[in-house]
Amino acid sequence: MPASSVGHMPSGMRPRCVLGLLGFRQPGGNELTVMTTVALSRPRRSSAPRDRASTALSLGFVTTFLMVMVGLPLAALVWEATSDGTQSFWDTVSSPEAVAALKLTVGASLAVSALNAVLGTITAWVLVRDEFRGKTIVNAIIDLPFALPTIVAGLTLLALYGPTSPVGIDVAFTRTSIVLALMFVTLPFVVRTVQPVLQELDPELEEAARSLGASNPTTFRRIVFPNIVPGILSGVALAFAKAVGEFGSLVIITGNVPFKTEVSSVHIYGRIESGDSAGAAAVAVVLLGISFLTLLSIGAIRHYATRHDR
Amino acid sequence: MKGVLSRLGLRTIALLYLAVILVGPLAVVFWRTFEDGVAPAWDALTTPETIHAFKLTLIITAIAVPVNTVFGIVCALAIVRKRFRGKGLLNAFIDLPLALSPVVVGLALFLLYGENGWFGGWLNEHGIQVLFALPSMVIATIFVSLPFVAREVVPTLREIGDEQEQAARTLGANGWQTFWRITLPSIRWALIYGVILTTARCLGEYGAVAVVSGRLQGQTETATLRVQERYEAFDLAGAYAISILLALVAILVLVAMTVIRPKEETA
Repeated sequence: MPASSVGHMPSGMRPRCVLGLLGFRQPGGNELTVMTTVALSRPRRSSAPRDRASTALSLGFVTTFLMVMVGLPLAALVWEATSDGTQSFWDTVSSPEAVAALKLTVGASLAVSALNAVLGTITAWVLVRDEFRGKTIVNAIIDLPFALPTIVAGLTLLALYGPTSPVGIDVAFTRTSIVLALMFVTLPFVVRTVQPVLQELDPELEEAARSLGASNPTTFRRIVFPNIVPGILSGVALAFAKAVGEFGSLVIITGNVPFKTEVSSVHIYGRIESGDSAGAAAVAVVLLGISFLTLLSIGAIRHYATRHDR
Repeated sequence: MKGVLSRLGLRTIALLYLAVILVGPLAVVFWRTFEDGVAPAWDALTTPETIHAFKLTLIITAIAVPVNTVFGIVCALAIVRKRFRGKGLLNAFIDLPLALSPVVVGLALFLLYGENGWFGGWLNEHGIQVLFALPSMVIATIFVSLPFVAREVVPTLREIGDEQEQAARTLGANGWQTFWRITLPSIRWALIYGVILTTARCLGEYGAVAVVSGRLQGQTETATLRVQERYEAFDLAGAYAISILLALVAILVLVAMTVIRPKEETA
């Protein structure tokens, strides 16, 4: 069975599942490899009472847990946002400060996603196709933003790019600092979704294209790029989702100036602090909607990628 | 020649990118923290409030990680081995904490367990303090670190197939025996990987806990909240010292991930 060479992905997303190709559905509902299916035809078991009981038990546990931990709080959030009627919800969401924060959040997240698409792809390519000393260490530190608390990320960025910067660059409390902080926290996503796809891609394809006279850019555009597009897109979508909701790394470095450097998550936090939980909930519901849409698009990309796998 | 040049060019871009965004800032904090030796950093770390903050972070992590581990295993088994309607919905629901802003998570819990919340009244009557106390902080942390174990275990469970489990059953093993002897050993590296990711997320959680904890110094202040508090009190040395300790834990996590990743892939 070929290893699907799945690199670690913070999101747990693995864009290509080789096993999806090898295994197929049996009437009994279990995935078996082609070989074993030929070797033995298993009796159907899914109707056994013991199986049904364990299915019900584990499903009951999972559903209850998710409902209590995730479903109920989110229901309370939506309830609070809409309890005063849609008019009041709309008034809050369309208030100048909320709109400014939302525009800034989405704009900065889109910019960071675009930067990630380019720089993340280059980094993934270098990690897979290039050889140099210390590559293992470089590969390991890619995950650092994921392991490092976001508040620490903000503080470290401020140390280098703030008022006490040893290199004389001070972008603290500007919009540049937002982009910088978001780039820090979203760095692993595109790298870790593109890397495994590149690893699976046979270098001989690229060599063949080159030996047929294709230039480097042409080889990339015609051979490599079409294969890694789903990886780039799902990485970008994950980075976008993370960027839209980011809070910890922005609190310190952006200074949270309304209309200038205040993003939506900080705006929500401000409303909670001042006791306006209905207003906070209204803006939060908008972020919740963006998260849902981003997840849906990731699902669509994943679906597309597995359908066109092969 | 041209190939070598473009290769070097791309390598330079990638390394510069990582240096500017990741390594540079961390190096500066390390340097600033130990500028005047280890003693000031040590003093900043051993104040009673800071020690309390770290203890609280550890307590929360010690509760949240086992809960999410059990949930993650059961959830992964259900997704891979069971057939039921609404599997897609379950999948989407599990991913939600990854895509949601921690502040939104915190607010949702605040609204559920707060004084005017759905559970607030009942909890108040019975004298149970959830908000601005340990329970809400644990719940918030469980919420944000929910998906990692399940997401790591699911692909491995798919890969190993269920022939061995079926064989064990045929030979008379019951469900528990099959799980302990067959399933668990084959998913162990993925599981450990997931647990490490969950632990890192729990230790570093900030936004959700910031909302539900009330940030009471010496009571509901975790290590990450303490960083913020020290910074706001203009005690940069203190903030740096705590940050460095958290960064060292993060580096430990990276080392563990690097060691385990190849094992998980060949498992």
